[in-house]
Amino acid sequence: MNANRVIYLDNNATTRVAPEVRDAMLPFFSDFYGNPSSIHTFGGQVKRHVEKAREELAALLGAQPDEIVFTAGGSESDNQAIRGVLEALGGKKRHLVTSRVEHPAVRSLGQHLSKIGYRVTEIGVDRDGALDIDELSAAIGDDTALVSIMWANNETGVLFPIEKIGDLCRARGVLFHTDAVQAAGKVPIDLSRMPVDLLSLSGHKLHAPKGIGALYVRRGTPLIPLIIGGHQERGRRAGTENVPGIVGLGTAARLARENLDREAKELSELRDRLERGLLDRCRGARVNGKNRLPNTLNISFEFIEGESILLHLDELGIAASSGSACTSGSLEPSHVLRAMGVPFTSAHGSVRFSLSRYNTREEIDFVVEHMPRIVERLRALSPFVPENNQTRQWQGSAGNPSCAPGCGRCASDH
Amino acid sequence: MWDYTDKVMDHFRNPRNVGVIENADAVGEVGSLSCGDALRLMIKLGPDGRIADAKFQTFGCASAIASSSALTELIKGKTLEEAAQVTNQDIAEFLGGLPEQKMHCSVMGRDALLAAIENYKKGGAAQPRQDSRLVCACMGVTEKVIERAIRENRLKTVDEVTHYTKAGGGCGGCIPDIEAILKRVNAEMERAGGAPAKKLTVFEKIQKIQETLDREIRPALRQDGGDIEIIDIEGDRVVVSLRGTCSQCRLSTVTLKDVVQAKLREFVSPNLIVVEDGNRPLEGA
Repeated sequence: MNANRVIYLDNNATTRVAPEVRDAMLPFFSDFYGNPSSIHTFGGQVKRHVEKAREELAALLGAQPDEIVFTAGGSESDNQAIRGVLEALGGKKRHLVTSRVEHPAVRSLGQHLSKIGYRVTEIGVDRDGALDIDELSAAIGDDTALVSIMWANNETGVLFPIEKIGDLCRARGVLFHTDAVQAAGKVPIDLSRMPVDLLSLSGHKLHAPKGIGALYVRRGTPLIPLIIGGHQERGRRAGTENVPGIVGLGTAARLARENLDREAKELSELRDRLERGLLDRCRGARVNGKNRLPNTLNISFEFIEGESILLHLDELGIAASSGSACTSGSLEPSHVLRAMGVPFTSAHGSVRFSLSRYNTREEIDFVVEHMPRIVERLRALSPFVPENNQTRQWQGSAGNPSCAPGCGRCASDH
Repeated sequence: MWDYTDKVMDHFRNPRNVGVIENADAVGEVGSLSCGDALRLMIKLGPDGRIADAKFQTFGCASAIASSSALTELIKGKTLEEAAQVTNQDIAEFLGGLPEQKMHCSVMGRDALLAAIENYKKGGAAQPRQDSRLVCACMGVTEKVIERAIRENRLKTVDEVTHYTKAGGGCGGCIPDIEAILKRVNAEMERAGGAPAKKLTVFEKIQKIQETLDREIRPALRQDGGDIEIIDIEGDRVVVSLRGTCSQCRLSTVTLKDVVQAKLREFVSPNLIVVEDGNRPLEGA
């Protein structure tokens, strides 16, 4: 597929490396390839660029440069934060509080921890995707080590009340980690005045390359390193620095900070245009989630299935994603939509459009123009669309027979 | 990204035989909205007893649509006896193969075909209720469906059974059960040579519930500025959510039990239990 022809609306999956970022990185492959830890000038001069990038990233977050630890990405940052805190607390506090809608980097880790002797509580969300703060407050106990709640959800873009959660954790003497992989660079983050102890981010979600990320660690936060072996990152993350990646992330952070307000406004205008267009012109459409990132639209189409929608979009050169079971090889629709109680008539027919600074109004209008035809084509095939049942009613199985005890599928309903 | 063959993509983009046959001689329906795929197959027989026309409607992914299209092409011109010999491998082969994890789409085609033939034998009567033990509650898969897939496809592992039938693809609680069935059926096949088991369908009542809500319940609720939405249907358990003014109403439990549940029991099935989303079973339900 021609990279220039694609209408890329899957920016919560990954983003284009900004040309400015790429240009900033290039000298650090074959020219300034020295090891920043070396004593000689050739290597040592590279260190300045690493530290400059650290300052840029700290500035984006309202943090101090020494609170930034570079990692290989969001999943490593999440693992480092959660496992690092639990280990640092010496196994005395063995309770983790998180949510039902976390990214697998946190959710699967929680499931793993619950198998090796930790207690894990997942807080639910309502039908708009909003977190139940009372449930969170009630879940925190004497043995709670850490609360880990994402800043914004990757599938729906729903924002969580980070300040409120942080205040609650402070008041209860519990550490607070937030996975801000989707939020960083899209919404203002000022850690100098926000009660957050640890924050994860990933380069490739904000126009830096894949394979670089960072963990913010507030000064004084107890943390045992995940990767041990060298003095790099003040002993908090061993391994020779990914210098080009770090320089790229620093540049991406600067671009995001300089343009954040304008971009957020432009993105939300484009996203709203897409949202209004699809709601107005497509039958059976509903938006999943309220109070969202400016770039994300998760929209379900009743009685049709997500993979089929995506493949029709793909033929038009439109790249999006879906919470449908069929797209992942799993047999269950998205855990996020299930946690929100999205009606089963819509749960399999979700499409996520996630925009970036590189999208144009023409692209959005192209999607709005073609989507109704795709929806109608699939509706014409569906045995569940009411007008397709004029002559005959569906005799087949409605839902599932009742669930087995402990069934994870419908945890949100039990 | 799935590695679909050109033929799968062709039948997905340009499905053959989509639609409804008025006065069909046989109709087979399998799957459900909450499981993510469903197929309705309609058959019209000619004077010579051969399948003169076959049409389908499908809710599902690209391979489910392509498998349905392939099925209709495969059975046209055959007698019902000949059609009954069409296996899920025939459907997959017709399409130049399916990804392993998508084989259940071809099995769905085969199940719909058997359901239609059964329906014809019973003179077009409503399909029988589930007549086999439920193994996978999450995906609504019975022992007979699993057993038939094992026999016809010579399945040996739980993963294979999941790819072909979806059983075990939810909470995984039935995996020991599937292992036991695999062991038993494979042992039987070794002794006997593997005769195919007979058909079975898993079915119920969604359309009726939706209609009853639309006709009997929603108009009254809407007069008061409220509404109701189905969240899930699990066997006889209907999970609903009240919207608008209903969601704040302290009489909502009464509304659910005395109105919604009563109407659904009257018009759909006396065994239905209406539950409000968020796990509050109704008193005395």
